[in-house]
Amino acid sequence: MSLNIGCAARPGRSQDNKTGSWRVFKPEFHYDLCTNCGTCQLLCPEGCIHKIDDNYIPDYSFCKGCGMCAEQCPAEAIVMIQEEK
Amino acid sequence: MLRIMEGSHAVAEAVKLCRPDVISAYPITPQTHIVERLAEMVADGDLESEYICVESEFSALSACLGASAAGSRVYSATSSQGLLLMAEVCFNVAGMRQPVVMSIANRAVGAPLSIWNDQQDSIALRDAGWFQLYAEDAQEISDFHFLAFKVAEDNNILLPGFICFDGFILSHTYEPVDIPDQESVLAYLPPYKPVNILDANDPMSLGMYATPDYYLEFRYEHDQAMKRAADALCKAGSEFEEHFGRNYGSLIEEYRMDDADFAYVAMGSVCGTVKDAIDEMRDDGKKVGLVRILSYRPFPEADMHRALSGIPVVAVLEKNVSIGSRMKGAVGPEVKDAIADSGVAVYSYVVGLGGRDIRKIHIRGIYEEAMKGNGNIFYGLREELL
Repeated sequence: MSLNIGCAARPGRSQDNKTGSWRVFKPEFHYDLCTNCGTCQLLCPEGCIHKIDDNYIPDYSFCKGCGMCAEQCPAEAIVMIQEEK
Repeated sequence: MLRIMEGSHAVAEAVKLCRPDVISAYPITPQTHIVERLAEMVADGDLESEYICVESEFSALSACLGASAAGSRVYSATSSQGLLLMAEVCFNVAGMRQPVVMSIANRAVGAPLSIWNDQQDSIALRDAGWFQLYAEDAQEISDFHFLAFKVAEDNNILLPGFICFDGFILSHTYEPVDIPDQESVLAYLPPYKPVNILDANDPMSLGMYATPDYYLEFRYEHDQAMKRAADALCKAGSEFEEHFGRNYGSLIEEYRMDDADFAYVAMGSVCGTVKDAIDEMRDDGKKVGLVRILSYRPFPEADMHRALSGIPVVAVLEKNVSIGSRMKGAVGPEVKDAIADSGVAVYSYVVGLGGRDIRKIHIRGIYEEAMKGNGNIFYGLREELL
């Protein structure tokens, strides 16, 4: 992001704010347990879980580590692990 | 042509000549006569501005911010409590880099309630990111409006500005003022050409949130713009002379400083009294002078350093108080910092708060105190009340 005077921004510029650095706990996806139900994608407040081919993949550059996906996953296929920084 | 007029009306006449697209203000003593006169001009069809009536100062400056973001030249005016109610919006206007120009008829801040003059209101907004000019007389107040719009709207600056002048002392007294004609003002101050405009057909947001990765840099850029504003003010102030015959090419004025060994530093209307006192003290053989600050933000530190180097004693008159600070006033520490010489004694004198008159005898008295090394004090306290 360039510093537009007055912090003026065109639509879509929020994608420049990579919120992944806010994360303390990181969701780890275990695809051997995943049933592809899509609950994680539906509930992710950041909207950063994408279905790529057959797997739900989090975009860690935006994932804030809130843990909603792990809490709600019916198959318990997502585990929050503390990140080393 | 010279006309005898009230300071507030000189402001209104100047604002009219600046042809703002939008005016929004809320009346407050002692600013009232300015906005009353502007409202009259609009109602009478003498001024083609949109005058937005609002229910508070917060709304007034918010309306100004929106109008400015939409590409308008915008004007407001306020005082004291009104300015403090605008405080949040002041930071937003400046952060969004909107070139709003606002007149501040300086007034004390409550409590205790006071409608009388000091400079606490604009000093309290020191760090809001607006440039702050302080006028000595009605002519300067009027002239500063042309200067302020020109610098504020410079695409290399884009900062809002206060034009500060002492309430009642300047706003309500009559003086001869030269009001230029419309053609010369247009030649000096062409119509505003905004950089970013809010436009529903080409959407954009202003003042978007900046994460910790960006905020510091926005503040840095803001500060750099204020630094550039110092040169821009001087340049526009020199250009002013070519158009109107009066020169504002320096952010300070030096009065009888050539061989001075004692200097007063002050801002605003009190400088007239200080100059008279200096003339009398000079007749008594005292080598005293005055450095008047015209621009508090940006602070003219290089000019102050040059003007005050080698002066053994400097007395700063403060029409404000920074409660709990060592020097007591907000201006003194910056003067001391600009001089940057521990051999120079710089003292602040908090004086004239809440409209108390500052007379020549007080100016002389401050000299006596400073020569005794007695400074950073409230001057003129009524001991019988304490």
